[in-house]
Amino acid sequence: MDRLWTIMRKEFEHIRRDPRTMALIVVLPALLLVLLGYGISGESSDISLVVADLSRSSASRELIQRFTAGRDFRFSYEVQSEDELLRLMDQDHGKAGILIPADFGRKLSTGESTAIQLYVNGSADPTLVQTTELKLSAIAQMAAQEVLVERVTLGGMSGGLSLPFETYVRMLYNPESDSKRYMIPGLIPIILQVQALMLTALAIVKEREHGTMEQLIVTPIKSWELMGGKILPYLLVSLVNTLILLVMGDLMFGVDITGSFWELFGLSAVFIVGSLGMGVLISNISQSQMQALYLTVFVVIIPAIILSGLMFPRDNMPAFSYWFSELMPVTHYLEITRGIMLKGVNARSLWPSIWPLVVLSVGYFVASVLAFRKRI
Amino acid sequence: MSTTRLAVEVDKLSRRFGDFAAVQEVSFYIPEGEIFGLLGPNGAGKTTTIRMLCGLMKPSGGRATVLGMDVMRQAEGIKKRIGYMSQAFSLYDDLTVVGNLAFYAAVYSVPRRERQARLEELVQVTNLTGLEHRLVRHLSGAMRQRLALACALVHRPDMIFLDEPTAGVDPLARRAFWDLIYSMAGQGVSVLATTHYMDEAEYCNTVGMMYAGRMVAVASPAALRARLPGVLYQLDVRPIERAQEVLEGSPGVLDTSIHGALLHVVLAEAAVEGELQPRLEAAGLEVGRIESTEPSLEDVFISLVEDRERHPAASSILAPPVED
Ligand SMILES: Nc1ncnc2c1ncn2[C@@H]1O[C@H](COP(=O)(O)OP(=O)(O)OP(=O)(O)O)[C@@H](O)[C@H]1O
Ligand SMILES: [Mg+2]
Repeated sequence: MDRLWTIMRKEFEHIRRDPRTMALIVVLPALLLVLLGYGISGESSDISLVVADLSRSSASRELIQRFTAGRDFRFSYEVQSEDELLRLMDQDHGKAGILIPADFGRKLSTGESTAIQLYVNGSADPTLVQTTELKLSAIAQMAAQEVLVERVTLGGMSGGLSLPFETYVRMLYNPESDSKRYMIPGLIPIILQVQALMLTALAIVKEREHGTMEQLIVTPIKSWELMGGKILPYLLVSLVNTLILLVMGDLMFGVDITGSFWELFGLSAVFIVGSLGMGVLISNISQSQMQALYLTVFVVIIPAIILSGLMFPRDNMPAFSYWFSELMPVTHYLEITRGIMLKGVNARSLWPSIWPLVVLSVGYFVASVLAFRKRI
Repeated sequence: MSTTRLAVEVDKLSRRFGDFAAVQEVSFYIPEGEIFGLLGPNGAGKTTTIRMLCGLMKPSGGRATVLGMDVMRQAEGIKKRIGYMSQAFSLYDDLTVVGNLAFYAAVYSVPRRERQARLEELVQVTNLTGLEHRLVRHLSGAMRQRLALACALVHRPDMIFLDEPTAGVDPLARRAFWDLIYSMAGQGVSVLATTHYMDEAEYCNTVGMMYAGRMVAVASPAALRARLPGVLYQLDVRPIERAQEVLEGSPGVLDTSIHGALLHVVLAEAAVEGELQPRLEAAGLEVGRIESTEPSLEDVFISLVEDRERHPAASSILAPPVED
């Protein structure tokens, strides 16, 4: 125990003596969140809109105006049929489309129910797709509600309280693209994952390269004392990163923590232990820095970005990718950050994600100790 | 050897890296409290041998015990009782002198209440007084060397392994360092040190000469010198390379080698000496002085290695440990 503490103190001493590196370690992840956060969820305006107004009534023109009046949509093309609309969007001339059926004006004036069709070009940048979708349906809903209010004030409750027309949103070319609005709670785990790997590389590889590792393993120190002493100080550093990222997510992107902060923070600590353990494991099983680099990038970081559920829902993954993603702590932690931050879910209902996270984190830490040979 | 106990006993120890045999069937022993010098050129296998003895590397064959413990099975037990100074510079250069010492004191579990006194003692013994709070990166090579030794001694080990402890240090500092090692041995600490410098072997009780993974000789420095056949002369002659060409292989000349500005010549018998000057002058060379000299260990080493290269199968050179 004394030795564990000794190693930890030494790591802190290294940190204290190298404030510049420490500044980078603290600041870079925060900058990355800003960069990616704005890059991915940036506000968009002037989304090009293709309009097929088959109704050509005053009601339909008024509806179209609602879309183009603000700065969100730009009236780009007017076409005469759905085929034409689809062709234009296929060629990427429009990010969004509206189809107003020929009987729209008539049915609206007689109080019959009707529907408009909205199209979203799903092959665009995922967040653009998401904002487009949200804006399209929001404007359509608002329009429908206003028509309803008008009707009620004019003719009493005779028409009933159902919306005068319905809106159907059709996602083109990428029908499964939902989940995009989870970007910030998704980016935080990825950034922490990369950070953990870098920190352990810093801690272990530096020791190896300076020749001090040889001097350490010729002492009676135990593997777990050495690995624990290496991991714990960087757990603290990563927790500071976590705090900064959470605060920034709130202040800059308005993603506040709907659920319990302490649950999120505690589970973050579990995740970080696992990620640091993973980094140490890689350092310990690699024979060279090149190997370590390859394992880090190709086995951990890229799968963390692609397979964790950050970008694509995991349900449709091929079995192999799915099971691989189950073995990554980041997959489960991502469920947890989204659950707690966006939906305000409590720890009990997140249990299906919590236990794998705990098992994996403990597993990777233990594996990192076992893989550490006190030999050259 | 019934009464003297052995700090190290090595029996046909080998280590391969793939097909390459870095250490081949090396055998020697070190009585407690003695200094054993392991000599050899780059790549001879000195570091590999030391690493196996410290439990840092598994041998691929043979057997060795350190302080009575087997290197294969009791590596962790050995680690508690030895000190090791690795060949690579291995201190934390962003920590201070006492920072490094205190770190190793804690890692070696030196009892807390003894630590302060022990650190002060080591700082004094290794002549680092006044530098306690200096960062290691601001120390000179010789100071670092002494600090590394202090770190290796922090837990009062029974045996220390020093891998080229004086590499890159000036001759005066080397002397001082060896005096330190001497006083350690005087206190009963057994020492195994490797070096490139043949003159340092003179400080050792026993010298082992390694070459290309094999131990080519183990004996006391005096016994090794006596082993050199013939008599040694040193010549001041110019140009020295021409002189070597003229004498090499000429009648009565067993061996020649260049030592700095002087040519060393091993003659089968002293009588041949009179013929050297005429031969050299006949070749148009300018001869200064010719004098008989004590063979250095380097001469012995070169002759042993040349013998080995001439008769790679010969095992007669492999000397049993000399007792005296
Ligand atoms: N881990 C390793 N993998 C492969 N070959 C190795 C390894 N360690 C050492 N060797 C090789 O074994 C041989 C002996 O190396 P060793 O370091 O023991 O020599 P040395 O006598 O200490 O040399 P030096 O004086 O340069 O320190 C060298 O040829 C070296 O390249
Ligand atoms: Mg060496």
